[in-house]
Amino acid sequence: MFDEPFATGRSFIHRIDPRHRIVIAVVYSFVVALTDRFAPLTGALIVSLALAALARLRPAAVWRRLKVVFGFLALIWIVLPLTTGTPFLARIGPMGISTAGVLLAARISLKTTAILIEFTALVATMPLATLGHALGQIKMPEKLVYLVLMTYRYIHLLENEYQRTVRAIRLRGFLPGTNMHTYKTYAYLIGMLFVRSVARAERIEWAMRCRGFRGRFYHLVDFVPTPATWIFSAMMGIIIFWIAILEWGPHLW
Amino acid sequence: MTKPIIQLENISFAFPGRQPILNGLDLTLNWGDRAGLIAPNGSGKTTLFHLVMGLIKPTSGIIRIFGKRILAEKDFRVVRRRIGLLFQDSDDQLFSPTVLDDVAFGPLNLGKNKEEAIAIAEETLTSLNLTDIRNRITFKLSGGEKRLVALATVLAMKPDALLLDEPVTGLDRDTRHRIESILRELDISYIMISHNMDFLSQLTTRIFSLENGKITVDDTAALHPHFHLHSHGTHPHEHK
Repeated sequence: MFDEPFATGRSFIHRIDPRHRIVIAVVYSFVVALTDRFAPLTGALIVSLALAALARLRPAAVWRRLKVVFGFLALIWIVLPLTTGTPFLARIGPMGISTAGVLLAARISLKTTAILIEFTALVATMPLATLGHALGQIKMPEKLVYLVLMTYRYIHLLENEYQRTVRAIRLRGFLPGTNMHTYKTYAYLIGMLFVRSVARAERIEWAMRCRGFRGRFYHLVDFVPTPATWIFSAMMGIIIFWIAILEWGPHLW
Repeated sequence: MTKPIIQLENISFAFPGRQPILNGLDLTLNWGDRAGLIAPNGSGKTTLFHLVMGLIKPTSGIIRIFGKRILAEKDFRVVRRRIGLLFQDSDDQLFSPTVLDDVAFGPLNLGKNKEEAIAIAEETLTSLNLTDIRNRITFKLSGGEKRLVALATVLAMKPDALLLDEPVTGLDRDTRHRIESILRELDISYIMISHNMDFLSQLTTRIFSLENGKITVDDTAALHPHFHLHSHGTHPHEHK
């Protein structure tokens, strides 16, 4: 379920301190999301692609991830040009293709692609365990961090349990259809998964208490930023600043 | 002189709305005891362990650990430092992202600092020959590795006694032998639930059973090894 195709590697990006990467990724995403002009947006897309190249991401694997989002973007390209209103770029029979709608769809597409590629390059290039530890060290709320880590740990087990049950149902000749029997079977399946998760959660809590757990978690890993990390962070700071200038600079002078 | 570690007196327990599963049970584990518990499924073996650890409360009866009567949660916290429970399903026990994180979790809870906890974890992993998997992700381990790491997480707390809930069920022969030799070399008292007669006879000095919610000891039926002869087939086979 969680294959982490980018998590391991020896690229320049992989060796940057995870905490720096997370902070940069978040700031960069916000700036890009708030940008509206095409010059900074195109710039951001190029920067994201450069980051992906620096992280030596396999283009095919990145494309597989992008495809999911491109499905949503296709929907936007269909809806926005037809619903945004005059002036029209062109007319197809009774319908008009709105200029503002096309521009908006283009902006959204550029932002989405740039942010997604950048997140893949900076954040998906660390194992989830590292992400959790790094989040803990940049003082994110402990409970949220452990929610992430525990989800990662146990969703896999839940999926196994789900697959096992589905297999057992199929082996007994179940064929889903549009009928009460199918709905009832699915309801049992989901209900059983909930019940098992609760039982599992209780046993995990017991096991933790048996090892002296008293509501406090500890992080073992110490990240030490290398000189390369500082150089990279400084560079990214300049780039983010440059994107911001391209967007908001003209308003300032 | 034998000093008791665990003393259960007249313990009863019932799950809500069900017949009592333990009914006036008495049990003592002394220092140096290596006891085996063999009984049918559903006879309350696991429940018994959970009662000792204070995870569930008995409907009646007295629990004494190291001679002291244990009543409240805060008493059980002390108990959990000194008695380690190995769960039947290692997936319940291993929740941290990496093996090292998980083994260090107990020592950290006992108030060790980061360096000390890592040192204890490393030392425990080394003693169990697990150093090469120290940075692996826990859920990606094999069943045998999971059980060994789970054992390491318990041993890292340096307990005086262990409660082992089916430590070798579902494991292959090699892993079983590894666990066997680990337990043999440890200087520790334990109660072990198992359905594997061979394993029990190798590793325990006493064997008891659970019947009608009470401990029974059958002195006439002692486990013993015996030799036998048969032609050596080509299929892998096992001797119990």
